[in-house]
Amino acid sequence: MPGPVVPTVRIQAEDFDVAAEIARMTQGRADIGAVVTFSGLCRDEAGRLAALELEHYPGMAEAEIGRIAADAVRRWPLQGLTAIHRHGRIVPGENIVLVVAASAHRQAAFEAANFLMDYLKSRAPFWKKEHHTDGSEGGWVDAKEADDEAASRWKQAVPKGN
Amino acid sequence: MSTRLIYFAWVRERIGKPEEDVELPAGIETVADLLRWLKSRGEEYEHALQYPDVIRVAINQEHVEHGEKLSGAREIALFPPMTGG
Repeated sequence: MPGPVVPTVRIQAEDFDVAAEIARMTQGRADIGAVVTFSGLCRDEAGRLAALELEHYPGMAEAEIGRIAADAVRRWPLQGLTAIHRHGRIVPGENIVLVVAASAHRQAAFEAANFLMDYLKSRAPFWKKEHHTDGSEGGWVDAKEADDEAASRWKQAVPKGN
Repeated sequence: MSTRLIYFAWVRERIGKPEEDVELPAGIETVADLLRWLKSRGEEYEHALQYPDVIRVAINQEHVEHGEKLSGAREIALFPPMTGG
């Protein structure tokens, strides 16, 4: 029986491989019954967007996502949890963020992945700037109130169980 | 004791520098005091901190509210609401 789950958090400029991250989590064990992954990709906004530039707060980005991940591990019976967030210039079609949650049963894995993404969007120190296909700088993306609301719904008690 | 201030995204662009070390004057006790004092330091600060309520603040790399005391802060970061994910 493995010990308490230690989440994996990586902040990196380079791309990630979703299949490799799942394999890293599940390799050599037979107690995981559910793996949920969420990938966030850069959209082209109907051809308008040339690239996103993601600025981050080095040190705090790792620390804050680590705090959110530790919270998820306390709330749900997980067997693995990985969060990867890219920074720098990202073009449409490329990956931005990955969450992988593993559990014995699907519900905990779904909920933990959802929770991690909601909090990551409103609390992880990253900022997106748009660059347009016509060469103009599109400015900084505005935060959405809907993202704050999505995070706040988790403040209600979540039962810890399968 | 000097305190390191770090700026991100449009706060950084408007102030015109990514970070600076400052000596906080006496009487600057909370995050709200700091924002008020910084705003009076010149038009670039005035531009960046025009609406202090929207500015998010982290002390020693942890989110804090504007009522938080600054005591012991080595590193204070000011930034807009986050848009990661």
